[in-house]
Parts: sequence; structure tokens; C-alpha cells
Amino acid sequence: MSATAPERAGAPATSGSSGTAARVAAALAGVPHTLVHPADGMVSLEIETAAVNEVMSRLRDRAGFDSNTFVTAVDRFPDEPRFIVLWQFLSTTHNDRVRVQTRVPGDAPHVPTITHLWIGTAYFERECYDMFGIRFDGHAGLKRLLMPDGYEHHPLRKDFPHQGIEPDRLYREWDNRRRERSPLRTESQT
Amino acid sequence: MSTGRSGTLSESMFEYEPGVVDRDDPLHGELMELNMGPQHPATHGVLRIKVLLDGETMVKVEPVVGYLHRGKEKTCESLGWRKFFVHTDRLDYLQPLMNNIAYAAAMEKLAGIQIPERGQTIRVLLMELSRIMAHLIYLGTTSIDLGAVTMFFFTFSERERIYTLLDAYTGHRMNNTYVRIGGVYADVEPDVERDIRAWLEQFPKKIDEFESMLTGNRIWYDRNRNIGTLTAEQCKAWCLTGPNLRASGVEWDLRKKQPYSGYEHYDFEVPIGEIGDCYDRYAVRIEEMRQSVRICVQALERLAKSRGGEFLADDRRYVLPPKDLVNTSMEELIHQFKIVTDMALPQGEAYHAVESSKGELGFYVVSDGTSHPVRCHIRAPGLVNVQAIPLLAEGRLFSDMVSIIGSLDFVMGEVDR
Repeated sequence: MSATAPERAGAPATSGSSGTAARVAAALAGVPHTLVHPADGMVSLEIETAAVNEVMSRLRDRAGFDSNTFVTAVDRFPDEPRFIVLWQFLSTTHNDRVRVQTRVPGDAPHVPTITHLWIGTAYFERECYDMFGIRFDGHAGLKRLLMPDGYEHHPLRKDFPHQGIEPDRLYREWDNRRRERSPLRTESQT
Repeated sequence: MSTGRSGTLSESMFEYEPGVVDRDDPLHGELMELNMGPQHPATHGVLRIKVLLDGETMVKVEPVVGYLHRGKEKTCESLGWRKFFVHTDRLDYLQPLMNNIAYAAAMEKLAGIQIPERGQTIRVLLMELSRIMAHLIYLGTTSIDLGAVTMFFFTFSERERIYTLLDAYTGHRMNNTYVRIGGVYADVEPDVERDIRAWLEQFPKKIDEFESMLTGNRIWYDRNRNIGTLTAEQCKAWCLTGPNLRASGVEWDLRKKQPYSGYEHYDFEVPIGEIGDCYDRYAVRIEEMRQSVRICVQALERLAKSRGGEFLADDRRYVLPPKDLVNTSMEELIHQFKIVTDMALPQGEAYHAVESSKGELGFYVVSDGTSHPVRCHIRAPGLVNVQAIPLLAEGRLFSDMVSIIGSLDFVMGEVDR
């Protein structure tokens, strides 16, 4: 247990976003990517879906982004390509962030997994699959995270109503199954 | 709890390879499947953990989450920017104001709103009180799970005092929803400031009391030291943040590294641990409470200097006008009507993260220029913490599970959203 020396107040050691952009550009030399400029000023890239593995491993190994912050998607229904899949990374050594996005068509959407680079993205990818139905190729245990197994819909898609679709169907099925198994079953119940 | 494999209640819970234990080892017994939760008191909420036991050793561990899923992100999309505020309180319900502030800050970043200095100071005060509250819950629940029942009453009575202070300020003990876009809803009155100061003066002594119960306690030490050890590299690969990362020796605190709400003006230290076990995580949180007290005291000093100042931004696109003006001025009435019915944020996307008591709590918001968000993703630190349970638990004795769950510190409201 040790406490660090108090840092000089008012002097956070952030490298500015221009430094981040130059570092990311150097790490991604030769890989096609375009810079997008979001409102929050974060360095943000758009890449091809096929280049995901290449870009992510370079960001980790050459640009020093050692942790993932989230993996998620945005549904642009009814526009095509329908989904934008987003990754955001954090560098604890350089104290900056980068966001990477790729566009995925709405028909059987899938992107490569990055769980082999950051094992901690496993839950994020499961959640993204659960909520949007985007498959992560190569994910070792891609199954639903928040919704029950056997649920047929992906709730965060824009064509899914907020009230839900047949919200009690699974419960009715479970209840029927439980009643069938019950040793207390009587003639009148069947 | 129910057994699966040898019992009659259900078929096997796991899909695992037969090679998961050494079958030739004469000492190994029959594997047992154990279902911990979702109503188990030590899982701190509705978390279910499937455990495969070889004797007392956990061979395979799998958390199952989602029992408290309420579709918060979908709710945000259908309710709109303003009305979602009350829902953020119910994410990590042990520190509702922290969630409010994180959500407000993301929207402010997107809209480019500047917060008056007094509003920022009040926010810092609220965030640090929330951190102390959440750490007290961690301390109380973890120690009662490990048998130190007295600690539970000590910490909960202190937390109740903070609730009383927040009640005096916001009018609610919990689920306060007192933060608005552009600042906070109301100013802190001088008598509330005085009460907070009085509480802060006696609280460090209480922390000493907590420590005298636990820090040198043989049982507490044995059940936490060298259990659930995380290296710095593991923490980063598993995306852990907050006290769990700092306990492994990484000096990473968003309040220092990427300051928000004026944290760069406060003098405090970031405690870090050495080996990253359950005991270090405990020690880091204890020290963080002390540092939070320091920040609160400085915030109160700043509040005393800026008394009477603005605490809410003067931006009629997003901030409701004062009620007396609405009653007398046509323009202000129109502003109020526009904000209540259709408060739109500019097109774009923004991410803002705060250092919550559990780790990095971030909101990623996407707007298409209307009053309803396209996407509001909540980066919940608790979900990441739950994910690390198998990493820490597998290969250890089953009794260590309680220490590990407690020390990772998560709230299911935030994990399941």
C-alpha cells in the first residue's frame, strides 16, 4: 500500500489530440482508414470491416492502446449499410483515447472478434450480439448476455418496439414446461 | 443452492470438456455443479454464478447476468434526452448522483455547454459524497459476508448520515435526480453546508474505527491477502478500471488524468496498491474515502467563497428558466414549453467518462439533432468487474468466492442496466 506524490494541480499530463492523431496515423501506415471528426473531439477512425484485426492489433502493439473501453453498435435503420460497430480504446501510458468504427450491412451482420487481443471485450461483444444481432466471428462463447437464452429478437434494433414483442411468451413456455414436469400434476391440470 | 449433476433438479448446467480435471488423480472426487444465486445474499444482487467444484476447489466458474435487465438504453431512445435523467439514478443505485453527473456531462459535451464554477463545485461535492457512500456499502457488505457483522452496522449508520445530508439538500434520501444539463437543480444552502462540514470533521475518525476492526484483523487478513490477485497487465487486458486497476499498482484515475468538473483544482492523492489482491483493493478503497473527505472539505471552502454565484448555466436552449420569470415573461414561457416538450441536442456523438466508485462510468451518446437520442450507450464498470470473477476464482477454494465477489465491487442495477 503506497500513496503517490500529489501531482501538480492544474497540470494533467494529457497528450493533445493532435499528438494522438499522429501516433495513430504512424501505427496505421499502409492500412486504409479515414478520419472522422465527432463533436467531442476524440480521434476517430472509420475502417473497412475486413481490416478490423489488423487495425486493432496495430493500435495495441504500435500505438500503445492497452485497454478497451467499450464495444457497441448504432442502428441506422432503414438506411444501408445499417449498422455502425464502434470500438473505443484507452491508452493508460499516453493518457488518450481513440474510437474506431466500421459500417456493417443489415443482412446477417458480422465483424471479426477482438477477444484475442483484449479478453475483456468478451462481454461487450456478447452484449452487442444480444442487443443488435451482430455476430463476432471467432468469439469463443458468443451467446446472449442480458436477454434470456432462446429469446428471438434483438431489442436495441430500431425496428424492435419499446414495449417488446410477445414479452411473456418465454415465461408461458417455461411455466408450461415446469407444470409438465411437476410431480404434483393432476388430471384436471393436464 | 441446488446440485445439478448428481441431483434430480435439472440437467447439467455446464458445457465443459471432460479433460477439465485429471481423472487419473486418485484424490479427485466426483465433480459437483453448484448454483450460487440469483437470490444468494453474498452475490450482492441478482447475480447467478455457476460453479463446477472438485471437492472444495472451483474448477470452472461462469457468471450469469441479466436478471435485472430493464432495457435502460432502449428506454433512453424512446423517452428522450430530458426524461431519461430519472432512469440514470437506477443504474448504480448506491451512487445515483454520480450517474446523473456522468449522463449530464456527456450531453453537455455534445451541446458544448459551459457549467458555472459554483455548479461544478457542487457537483464535485456530490460526486465525492457518492463515492464515500458507495465505498461504505462495499465495506459493509463485504465484511458481513466474511463474518464481520459489526462492520455492516458501522458503515450503514454512516451512510445513513450522508443520506440525511442529501435529504436536506435534495429532498430525497436516494434516487435524487438533482443534476440538470448545465449544472444542478438548486443551490446548497449555508445550513446544509454547515451540516456537511460537521459530518466531514468526524468521519475520518470513523474510518480509523473501521480500520481498527479490519486492517490488523487476523481473519480479515487471511481471507483477503493473496486471494484474487490481479496483475496490471491482466487488469488492462480485462478492461478493468477504477479501484480494481489501482490496487494492481497502476496509477490511473480519471480525476487526475482527464480532469472534469474542475477536479484539476483540487489537491488530493491517488492511492495505489502493490500486489492487487482482495486486501489491496480494500486498502485502496479505505484510502480513497480519506481522499474524498479532503476533496469535500476543499469543495466546501470553494462554495463558501462563491456563495450567491450561478450554479446553473444560463442557456435557454437546454436549461429551464426560473419559475418566477416564466410567470411574467412570454419569452421565458416559450423557452420552458420548448424545453419540456422537445429539447433537442445538436447532431453528433460524444463520450464522457467519470471516475465512479466502481471504475470508469461513461456515457456514449449519439444525436441526430432531435429530442430523442439515436443511441445512448452506458459503459458500466460493474459489468467489467463481474466478467473478471472466473479469472480470479478458478482454481481457488470455494470459500474465497465471497471475498472475490465482494472485493471486485459491482451493483447489478448497473451491470444489467
